[in-house]
Amino acid sequence: MSLQDSGYRLGMVEALGVPAAVLGAGFIGYGSLAAESGYSIWLTVVATITIWALPGQLILIEMQAVHASAVAIVLAVVFSGARFLPMTMSLMPVMHDPRRSRLTGYLAALLIAMTSWAAAMRRSPDLPRPQRLPYFIGFAGTCVAVSAACAVIGHYLAGAFPPLLRIGFAFLTPVYFFVILIGDVRTRLAALALVCGALAGPLFYLVNAQWSVLLAGFVGGTVAYLIQRWSRRTHA
Amino acid sequence: MPELWLLVFACAAGTYLWRGLGVLLSGRIKVDSELFNWIACVAYAMVAGLVMRIIAMPTGMLAQSPLVDRVAACALALVAYYMSRRNLFVGVCSGVAALIVSGYLRSL
Repeated sequence: MSLQDSGYRLGMVEALGVPAAVLGAGFIGYGSLAAESGYSIWLTVVATITIWALPGQLILIEMQAVHASAVAIVLAVVFSGARFLPMTMSLMPVMHDPRRSRLTGYLAALLIAMTSWAAAMRRSPDLPRPQRLPYFIGFAGTCVAVSAACAVIGHYLAGAFPPLLRIGFAFLTPVYFFVILIGDVRTRLAALALVCGALAGPLFYLVNAQWSVLLAGFVGGTVAYLIQRWSRRTHA
Repeated sequence: MPELWLLVFACAAGTYLWRGLGVLLSGRIKVDSELFNWIACVAYAMVAGLVMRIIAMPTGMLAQSPLVDRVAACALALVAYYMSRRNLFVGVCSGVAALIVSGYLRSL
């Protein structure tokens, strides 16, 4: 087996553990949510593969449910994906292989999301350089495949079970983000943004449901940022 | 519904914009600038705000469960997550199971 092939294999094997189980749970929730919102099974799967960002997919469905305008929806989804910029910028140099074209980088970037980014950042330093990109593609490609399959399962489950279980499936995605957001806080600034956003979200929803996601993000996020700057200045 | 497909593709293109820009800019500008901090804040706050709103004021199926059950299930999910040494899968499943069980007990 070549070094590259073993890289793909290693990525696939490592993805098919806890990462696949966690993503699977999240995307079963997403699939059932999409079904409840009237998405066809094809649209559910295509949205998963092309957007490939669960927060953005959740925003898309929830904003459609309150009849937000298309402009507001696209703006909110695009802004929620902003984390991919610093993530991609930090991952690309780690995986860089001078023998590969720049196009490979742009194609690999299609697969970047939180789980695969974290795995590639952690694993790459142990791997020889030619093996890093194959490892990432093996890992992230497996994540996409498992998630798409689970979205189909979730879509099917939404209609097949009694209401009590369907409520449980609808609860999967919010509780998934509730735990991941709180459990993953690493900096004071991130904690501030979470608290400000959590307060602003329901408040703006009461004022204007259609624009609430976008407004809560901008106002809550900016307030958190300003509090951090202000407190840094007074303590410094 | 062609509009729905168009909307999904617009969202997909907009999301890829950040990834593509990341490839373009990698190694050229610093990641830890003030602008990035602000963008990260807005992105975090937006998702946190939406999740909190869904838990507090859901639409659809979830609206059939009482608020107190949803809040208790979230708290339990968090406790299970930390008690299982930060296993996200255990945390999420505990929260969902708690909401289903509480709904069942109420229906008795």
